[in-house]
Amino acid sequence: MSIDLSQFHQVFFEESFEGLDIMESSLLALDLTEVDAETINTIFRAAHSIKGGAGTFGFMQVSGFTHVVETLLDEIRAGDRGIEQDHVDLFLQCVDCLRGLMSDLQAGSEPDMTQADDLKSKFEAILAGGEVVAESAIDTQTGNQDISDGSTDDSGEKGWKIEFIPCEDVLCTGNEPYRMFRELQELAEEGEGNGLEVIPHLERLPELSSMHPEMCYISWTIIVRADIELSEIEEIFEWVVDDCDIRYQRLSECDLSTLETHQAVESSAEVTDIVVIDNADTEQEEINTVPLKTPVISEKIEKALEESAVKIAPKVEKKAVTKAAENTSIRVSIDKIDGLINMVGELVITQSMLGQLGQEFDVSRLQSLQEGLSQLEQNTRELQESVMKIRMLPISFAFSRFPRLVRDLSKQLDKEVELVMLGENTELDKTVMEKIGDPLVHLVRNSLDHGLESVQERTDNGKSRAGTITLNAYHHGGNIVIEVKDDGAGLNKERIRKKAIEKGIIAEDEHLTDSQVYDLIFQAGFSTADVVSDVSGRGVGMDVVRRNIAELNGSIDVSSKDGEGSTFSIRLPLTLAILDGQLVRVGEEVYIFPLVSIVESIQLEKSMLNNITGNQFVMQLRNEYVPIVSLQDIFNIDGEKKDLEGAMLVVVEGDTEKVGIVVDELLGQQQVVIKSLEQNYEKVDSISGATILGDGTVALIVDISGLNNKSSENKSEDQTQAA
Amino acid sequence: MTNAARQKNNDAVSGTGSDDEQQYLTFIMAGEEYGVDILAVQEIRGWEATTVIPNAPEYIKGVINLRGTIVPIMDLRSRFSLERVEYSPVTVVIILKVETERGERVMGIVVDAVSDVHSISDSDTRNSPELIEDLNTEFIRSLVSVDDNMIILLDVQRLLTIDRQVIDQAVDVVADTDNDKEKDKE
Amino acid sequence: MATILAVDDSASMRQMVTFTLKGAGYDVQEASDGSEALSIAKTRKFDLVLTDVNMPVMDGIELVTELRKLGDYKFVPVLMLTTESAGDKKMAGKQAGATGWIVKPFNPEQLLNTIKKVLG
Repeated sequence: MSIDLSQFHQVFFEESFEGLDIMESSLLALDLTEVDAETINTIFRAAHSIKGGAGTFGFMQVSGFTHVVETLLDEIRAGDRGIEQDHVDLFLQCVDCLRGLMSDLQAGSEPDMTQADDLKSKFEAILAGGEVVAESAIDTQTGNQDISDGSTDDSGEKGWKIEFIPCEDVLCTGNEPYRMFRELQELAEEGEGNGLEVIPHLERLPELSSMHPEMCYISWTIIVRADIELSEIEEIFEWVVDDCDIRYQRLSECDLSTLETHQAVESSAEVTDIVVIDNADTEQEEINTVPLKTPVISEKIEKALEESAVKIAPKVEKKAVTKAAENTSIRVSIDKIDGLINMVGELVITQSMLGQLGQEFDVSRLQSLQEGLSQLEQNTRELQESVMKIRMLPISFAFSRFPRLVRDLSKQLDKEVELVMLGENTELDKTVMEKIGDPLVHLVRNSLDHGLESVQERTDNGKSRAGTITLNAYHHGGNIVIEVKDDGAGLNKERIRKKAIEKGIIAEDEHLTDSQVYDLIFQAGFSTADVVSDVSGRGVGMDVVRRNIAELNGSIDVSSKDGEGSTFSIRLPLTLAILDGQLVRVGEEVYIFPLVSIVESIQLEKSMLNNITGNQFVMQLRNEYVPIVSLQDIFNIDGEKKDLEGAMLVVVEGDTEKVGIVVDELLGQQQVVIKSLEQNYEKVDSISGATILGDGTVALIVDISGLNNKSSENKSEDQTQAA
Repeated sequence: MTNAARQKNNDAVSGTGSDDEQQYLTFIMAGEEYGVDILAVQEIRGWEATTVIPNAPEYIKGVINLRGTIVPIMDLRSRFSLERVEYSPVTVVIILKVETERGERVMGIVVDAVSDVHSISDSDTRNSPELIEDLNTEFIRSLVSVDDNMIILLDVQRLLTIDRQVIDQAVDVVADTDNDKEKDKE
Repeated sequence: MATILAVDDSASMRQMVTFTLKGAGYDVQEASDGSEALSIAKTRKFDLVLTDVNMPVMDGIELVTELRKLGDYKFVPVLMLTTESAGDKKMAGKQAGATGWIVKPFNPEQLLNTIKKVLG
């Protein structure tokens, strides 16, 4: 019977990645001045698990590599060796390496062992360092054992005589001599022997009154007449050999004449005859020893160790290629599932109640119907919330990579940085969390690189040596807010302004508020870094960050204070699939604006309007000018062109600027489920998706940023045409 | 002898079963009979109002809600550049589904009326004559004669592929007309 | 059919062991650490206990020690899943009262053979 183990592989991979995360965070949390034993244990266990699983499931290269890691960890755990910074760095490199190997295996491709082999030799060097240490624990057989390998005397009878004197409490370990005899018999039968002779010895049996029923006082002499190897017999007694007295002798060397033999017994020895047996001469004992390994340390290896501990080769992040390799599972707490089950139960009750009502309905029961419907609404809402919660995971998963990142980066930039993470339990949708990872990384790198000053500069300015980066997450309204805050120098308004003018993003004399200046960093192609460092500053960052966040229906803002630091705030909806929408009517059609993009809605008055060119209007909104666009125009909706005076205007904010959209009428607000338009059709400009309204008809959801881009495109086209 | 009878005869003679026979759903449009592979037909519905998609090609009427999925509806007359007609209570929408490289795609086509289901074998079909170089012939797989009627068999995959170019062209056309309108005003 | 309690903190190992043993007709229950296993053992008597050594909360060695204190489990075979290099673990296990061990990595056949031998 052969079992296909590949069905367990996916679980093994997931479990291993988690284990690697635990190893990493534990390694980072290690205080080398006061090493916490439990932490070391945790790291050891994680490596041990991975090694065990890898071996079991056939990933021998991983198993082999992890073995050396585990060995070193074991020594540290046992107190045979202290743990040093170099070790920690090496271990962290191993975590990275293992991640890569696992990803390769998960994607079904051959793992690239170059880094692993390199690390392995480093570990071996450490393990061999100075002392002579056996690679594996010496497996000494402390029992008495014969290795009568010398005499290959074929002349005599083939077989063995075994003296088996079990320790008194052999039964208390769950071992059963009868089992061993049975195995011996099977072995003998395989070796074409003629069975087993088992001779019990009852000398040690005490008086009945002082006999302990759980103890074994019997010993045995077993004659096996079969052509079998000693090692096979030893295997049978493997578990008890340390506690019991076992002696082997080849039959050809025994004098069996003194033995009174009995037939093989199927059960424990019957007390028939008490026989006194002279112990035949035994051979000299030989203790098995594993030859001690003495690997050679070369100076080269040590030097290489030092060098590589400092320089960490940049590793290209390998992403799993095949679909199967994507982590498409999610861990859900039992409570959430139970809650869900309860809610569905209530829904079923409501449904059957309404069903019954429907069958025998008359107007007098209208009240019951309305109650039932409101109950249904509540059930549905609760169910919806519950289901959404299932996809929610604490943001700590997204934050978990930052301790390592900050540590590596601060080393690289030679700055002292403290990372504070708050609100790690705040939950958000799993997919949103996966997509917010990269933008967050960019923001943190940015803060570290540009925001925080060097130690010198900080102390010069009376600040603490170490800068602080704070990651904070909390719920606000129907959204989750994530903040990346630093206590560095803050955004340099002048530099930003200058750069923007240089790049032609703003005019020289343009008057901007502070927040508008800060906002400039999100423009495409913007970067104030004089030297494009490897870390950030390539100028492709911030606008991509903003775009990625916009794709999640979210937004990002920045605020800053000179000399005190900057705060980036990301606002995201709690889930991708549901949107809070404002329904509007334009002509005969109903459209939906995401509520999160709406600034305000007003009715236009002539006094607010300014005509710029031909058909371009702007309106004055407090101290800014907002261009006006007509949805009717952009979407080419049939209908009379209405007058702007008295028209309904919805002021929305896209990525960067505000726009006022003219609609015919504001309808209600409701939560809508976002349905894909692209699945069966195509991507439509300025439309982000569709939804199904209460009456079953389809309404399109407007993509505000797309709309803004489109209208500015049209604007510039018109301008060039007019010119 | 009708085609079908001849087919049966052939089978009897050659001993082969109707391996290459496929079933086609046929429908009428502007007096012509067209056929689509029945395996591509998901369901048949009556016409219902669609939600317009802004700046879509003229033959895309809009989208409908099909049990929770958003499905675009295509007017086949418009697609084939035939004369448009008013929709009536007997106007029919055939919901088709095909496998594309992007996955499964579902779309509905508006036709005049549904006709019949025929079993047609490949060997009986003929290629459409290359008379007119037209968008239309793109969608035609082959022609077949059943009971003295010509049925035009359509390539559903091509039919349901919306040319990106066309969408962009449509947008430009509309934009131009807008500008013209504005110019007229001035 | 014989009942087995399988203890290991690795889900993939548990899955593999359970699948293998159930396939051979054994009735299997799982636990992910020694403490959970002990609670289960206290409420139900198994014919055999299979346990990993390195586990959080309560490791295999401690589990064996505690099991042997329970009346029902004095003579129940308890097998440890251990790696070849862990000689000291084997010693400690034996001292705690374990019956024997199965060396990791093992394949399903090896597991079944050993179990069969012990349970008869």
